[in-house]
Parts: sequence; C-alpha cells; structure tokens
Amino acid sequence: METSFAWLEIFLNASFWVAAVRIATPLIFGTLGEVICERAGVLNLGIEGIMTIGAMVGWMAVYQGAGLWSGVLLAAVCGGVFGLLHAMLTVPLGLSQHVTGIGITLLATSLSSYVYRLILPEVSSPPRIQAFEPLEIPGLSSIPIIGEALFKQTPLTYFAFISVVVVAYVLYRTPVGLAVQMVGENPAAAEAQGLNVTIIRTGAVVCGSAFMAVGGAFLTMSAFNAFFFNMINGRGWICIALVVFASWRPGKALLGALLFAAFDAYQMRLQQLVGAEIPYQIFLMMPYVLSILALIVMSRRVGYPQALMIPYRKGER
Amino acid sequence: MKRSEIDISEKQPASEVVLRLRGITKVFGSLLANDDITLELKSGEVLALLGENGAGKTTLMNILFGHYVADSGSIEVFGQSIQQGSPHAAIELGIGMVHQHFTLADNLSVLDNVMLGTEPLWSLSSNRRSGRLKLEELGERFGLQVNPNACVAELSIGERQRVEILKALYRNAQILILDEPTAVLTPQETETFFETLKKLVSGGLSLIFISHKMQEVLAISDRVAVLRDGRLVSELKTLGASETELAQAMVGRNIELPERKALIAGESVLKLKSVTVKAEEGRPALSSVSLDICVREIVGIAGVSGNGQTTVADLISGLVEPQSGTVELHGEVVNNFTPRNMLHKKVGRIPEDRHSQGVIGDMTLAENSISECYQQPQFSSYGWQNQLNRQRFAENVVSKFDVRGYSANSPVRLLSGGNMQKLILGRVLSGNPQLILANQPGRGLDVGAVAYVHEQLLAARENGAAILLISEDLEELLQIADRIAVIHRGRLSESFPRESISIAELGLLMTGQQKTPTTNNQSTEANAS
Repeated sequence: METSFAWLEIFLNASFWVAAVRIATPLIFGTLGEVICERAGVLNLGIEGIMTIGAMVGWMAVYQGAGLWSGVLLAAVCGGVFGLLHAMLTVPLGLSQHVTGIGITLLATSLSSYVYRLILPEVSSPPRIQAFEPLEIPGLSSIPIIGEALFKQTPLTYFAFISVVVVAYVLYRTPVGLAVQMVGENPAAAEAQGLNVTIIRTGAVVCGSAFMAVGGAFLTMSAFNAFFFNMINGRGWICIALVVFASWRPGKALLGALLFAAFDAYQMRLQQLVGAEIPYQIFLMMPYVLSILALIVMSRRVGYPQALMIPYRKGER
Repeated sequence: MKRSEIDISEKQPASEVVLRLRGITKVFGSLLANDDITLELKSGEVLALLGENGAGKTTLMNILFGHYVADSGSIEVFGQSIQQGSPHAAIELGIGMVHQHFTLADNLSVLDNVMLGTEPLWSLSSNRRSGRLKLEELGERFGLQVNPNACVAELSIGERQRVEILKALYRNAQILILDEPTAVLTPQETETFFETLKKLVSGGLSLIFISHKMQEVLAISDRVAVLRDGRLVSELKTLGASETELAQAMVGRNIELPERKALIAGESVLKLKSVTVKAEEGRPALSSVSLDICVREIVGIAGVSGNGQTTVADLISGLVEPQSGTVELHGEVVNNFTPRNMLHKKVGRIPEDRHSQGVIGDMTLAENSISECYQQPQFSSYGWQNQLNRQRFAENVVSKFDVRGYSANSPVRLLSGGNMQKLILGRVLSGNPQLILANQPGRGLDVGAVAYVHEQLLAARENGAAILLISEDLEELLQIADRIAVIHRGRLSESFPRESISIAELGLLMTGQQKTPTTNNQSTEANAS
C-alpha cells in the first residue's frame, strides 16, 4: 500500500516543483527566442548551436574573471552574432532556412568545443565556476510549495519570467512588435507601408538568437556550473516543438516550457521510485513522447505565421 | 455603365500638375517592360492607365510607388523630385497604392494593418485609441465603413479593398494608385466601388486607375493613357473616346470575334439529377442541382463567385462526391468520383486557377502537356518514359495551339497567362474529350487570347463536344453559350436559351431574384426544387 501512492506524493514535494522551474528556464529562453525569429518569418534551426555558444561563452568569461552578468551579456552578444550570420544568409540572400539553420548549429557547436580546447588545452575535467546563487524573495518564498518553486530560484530564472512579459508586451503593444508580426505574415504588406523588411527580419533574428544564447548560458552559469560537450542535448530542438505547441505566443511558450520541464522532473523522480524493474530509458523517453502527444492535440488548429520560411526579395517578379 | 458625372477638368480649367513621370524606362532581363514613358497627372483628375496584361501598367506604378527602381527617368510629385526605390519616400510625398494582390496580413486586425508603419518604430506604446478614431472618421467621411477590430481573414474581398484604400487615406495620400481594383469585385461591388472613387475625388484626391476593361475606364476616368508593349501609345480625353478606339490602341490590331455557327444539339452527355453536396471548408454547398448538357452544346453557368461554381467544377472533375442525387455521363451513372475516372470517361478540364491547378510551374511544357495521359503506352511502357514521343506530342501541341515564347523544354512558369492557357487547351483538346469543363477560361487573359480560347471552344463544339462554361463574365457567356443557367447560394436556376435572356435579367438572377415567368417553359422543375 505504501508504494502505490508514492507516484502521487512526488507532486507534494517542493523539490519537484523547484526542479521543474529550473529545468524550464533554458527552454523558456530558447522558445522565446525562436518565437521572435519565427514571428518575423525566419525559422532558426541554429538554436541548438547558438545555445551551445551561449553556454560556452558565458561560462568561459566568468572563468576568465569576468562578472556573472557580464558573462550573460557576452553570451547574448555572441548568440546575436550567430543570429546575424543566419539572418544574412536567409534574409537578404534568401537561402533555405532549414539548411542554413542546421549549418549554423553544426558550426556553432563545433566552434564552441574548439574554442574551449584552444583556451584550455590541458584540462581533463572542466573547471567549475562560482555560479549564480539562488535568490530568495523574502515573504513570497515562504508560501508552501509554490513559493519555493517560484521565488527561490537563481536570478536568470526571474529574468526568464520577466522576459516573457516584456516580449509579449513588445510584440502585441508596440509599433515595432506589429512590424515584426507583419513581416512574418505578409512582408509585401510591410514594404507597401514603407517598412524595410530586411532590417526588421534581421533585427528579430539577432534579438531572438541572443535570448537563445542566454538560455544556453543558464546551463553553465546557474545549473551545472561547468561546460561539457553535448550539454545542450537536444534542448534547442525541444524549443522548436514548443513554439508550435505555443502557437507562436510568448505566454503559451512559458506554459509549454513549464509543462515539458515538469514531465522531465517527474520522470527522474519516478525512475528512483521504480528502481531497476523498468529500464530507465523508458523514463527518459517519457517527456518526449508526452510532448509529441501534446503537440498532436494542441497543434490541430495552429495559425502559422503566413510568411514563415518564405524568403522575401524586394522588387522581384 | 454610364459615364461618371464628375468631370473635374471642366469645373477647374487650370488644374495644376501633381505628378510628372519623365522618360521612365525599365528592363527585366530581355523584356522591355517600360519604354521611355512620360506621363502627367493633374489635380483632382482620374487618369486611367489602360493596357493588356503585360503591357507594363503595373511595372510603371510599382516604379512610382518605389517597389522597383527605373533604369532611367525621373519622377516629380508636387514639383518635388522623388527618391526612387523607397515606398517610404513615396508615402511621405502623399502617394498611396492599392495593390492588385492585396497587401494585408490575414491574421492581424484591420487596425493593425492600417496602423503599421505610421508610428515611430521605437515608441514604447502604440496609440491605438486615436488610430481607431481616425480610422472610423475616415470610414465615415468616404463611406468606407469596416470594423477596425475585425481580423482581415474574416472580411469579404470588397471589405479588404476598403481596408487597402483606408490604409492610404490614413497616411494622408493625395495621389492614389489603384491597380486593377475591380478584377476581384462582383458587378454590384464594382458599382459601390465607383461611388467611393467619386467621393475620393471630391475629397481632393487625384487617382490613377489601372485597368484592362474598357467599359470601366470609360465610366470612371477623365483621361486615358494607353500602354502597349511597354510604350505609351495613346493619350486622350475620355469624353468622346469610343470603346473601339481604345481597343484598337490597346491591342494594336483588329480583334475578330469568333464566329458562332447555329448547330442542333444531339443526345445528352452530362446529366445531373438533383445533386446535393455538403459544404466543406473552402467549398460551398450545392443543393439539388439539376443540369443537362448535350452534344454540340455550350451550357453556361453564371453567378457571383463563391456561390457553388467551384463545387460544380470539382464534382465534374471528380474531386468531390455528391451526398445525394446522381451524375450521369453518356447515360451511365457515375459511382467512382476520382479525377482519373473522370478523365477515363473523356472529361476534359480547364481549371479556374491555371497556376495552382492547371500546370506544374517548374516542370517543362512537354511534361505538362502529357500530365493527364502519361500512362498511355505511347508515353510510357514497362515503367520507362518514352521521351521522344513526349517531345513530338508537345511540339505538336505547341505549334497547333500557337503557344509562344518558349520551347517544349522550358519550365511552364515562364509562360504568360495566355500562352499557359493555350497549352492547357492543347492538352485538353488533344485528348478528344466528349465533355469539356471550362471554368473561367478567359480570366486574366487579354482580348486576343480570350478570342482564341473562345474560337477553340466553339470549334470543339462543332466537333461534337459538350461544354460546360463557368464564368463570371456575362458578356462571355452571352457570346458563346447556347444556354445559360445562374447559380446562387448553391441552387442552380433553369437554363435559358441565350436569345431569351438579357444581361440585366442575368444580373437579377445572380442576386437571387427569380426571373419573371416568360413564354419559354424549359424544364421548370429544376427551379422548383
């Protein structure tokens, strides 16, 4: 009798919720970044590589003596540079966004490892840094379960939540957000209203890529405190799926990221509970299977940005 | 259509020039799209730019609005020289453009579409309340009411056009370019649209109206400039100009209307008996439609688009099955509604949308020419293509149907609309169909090409084919159809012999009103259902 309800008791444990929010943080940044790119009509499959760059740069900067926030800034700038590269190839030149994106991912991932080895040729295990400490918000953090999950996190997690609000506001309430939406819906319409489609799309991709890189930086600066090869481990691709799940809306992107992270945190605890009776790979698979199911249910009536993946060339017949 | 009552040029004899194009030349590859065009627009004037498809009208206006940069030539607006290649600069100087293919984002609201680009990009908030007020005030003033919060996808074509005009007015356009504005409108919507234009002119705007329809040009403009092959061939006052005069200038030669021989219809080829099709997404319903088409006969279906014409076409093409009722071909009931079966039963199809349904743009003329019969042994055997036969067949089609411009091995997308339609005609007619479905065969074609299509359809009729002609162009129907039925909200009227019905009567039927009973009593049961 005792074990039969243990799988439910996981939900009553505050550490589960804390873990869910922590796991969600890089996904929130990544999904938010991808939403910005795709809203402007550019699919950014460079996300996996850009997150790797962010993870490496942020961590390396701090290891070399920079401040934590300077590390985050530097990661964002480097992400933006790769975003710029992606935008240059896909927007003015109109190359295939799929192929370019995968190219960016391969380039950025390998370059991260290369630079890491170049700077630290002789270390066998990656050195740890003094990372962000959890910041307790007085009062709010003493609310049972929820308080600990939401108000006893590292600053980057708070930053992720704030970013969702800011991006949603900019997208829906400001002229520049409207312009971003318009170049993703109908670039010809944006141009006919006197806007420069190339600049707006490029700007959106750079900005979105910077968010992705911060998501990567979270992993080395707030979670693992060191840089490993393959540490992004498909998180970027999950973000691509989460964007569809979220129907290109920042608020729903937050929800999707939390949901996926909760699955992930849950399966880890379930593994410990069940032990070796079921192969652990089954549990590892669970969040992905569930996210595919959720996609099937949620994505039936999604409205793609109409001009997503369609290059726009001015003056073309 | 009668001429517009407004004739500003008479009321204001010395009107100033608001726009001056000088020596505009534009070359696309080997195509001379605009050749040294010099043109003026006076204040409060409606200038019509008339020409066939491909004459260079849209190119010229796209240069004016900054979508393209001219290879040479200059533009002056209100005496100020304009920086080319920037829609932003054009808008700043008071030029607005209503594009032929609307430049609206379907998933955004009307207000979003209108306000885009009107505020500084980096302001922290958007003043939507004052935007909404201004939009409503403009709508009120010019009779262009539309709900600012509606999503564009929910609007009718006519409403979308209003949004396009409002976009220009919102930015204080003084010169409005209208690129083929009536192409997408029903006759009724066109009437309202002309009223709007009059209000715009009395509100102080100067208009450039691009069209290839002479009646409209005569009805609305003060002055006409005719373009042909990129050159300005004629410039004249509308008052006193005649349709034939304009047609001559536009085409550069006389168009002979195809001759229509009186023939006696034979046995029935296609018979629809109270066919009902349920509405689906993007496909309106049919309710209890009955129709009979015989050998050596062209039956026309008139109607405002969206009333079920596409469903009739899809039914006969084998793309949709009826829920009840029967479809008979040559006296046999059709049970298997697939495109292949319909082809097999000798149904030839000229689809409404050439580009998306008629041809595969990136494949060659030769490949497209056999796309309906590639399985025949002459083109493929044991899984191998016979390229030689294909080539011969395609070359035969190209020369017989006068497809011009490109060889059999060029991709079809390079062809002009008229030549693409000739290729489709060639493909269909080479299969010797017994029933031809011609859905809007003249849409978007110039006068010469339309005449050619009609000539070919009439020749097929003489050879014993039964033809179903779906068209929104009533004159086209009255010119070549033997009988005409009208479709409205999925119901098909009885069919009237061409001699017994007028354009006005057809127009009434298209709006759903019944024709007053006349002496002809042809199968009234179709109407009663």
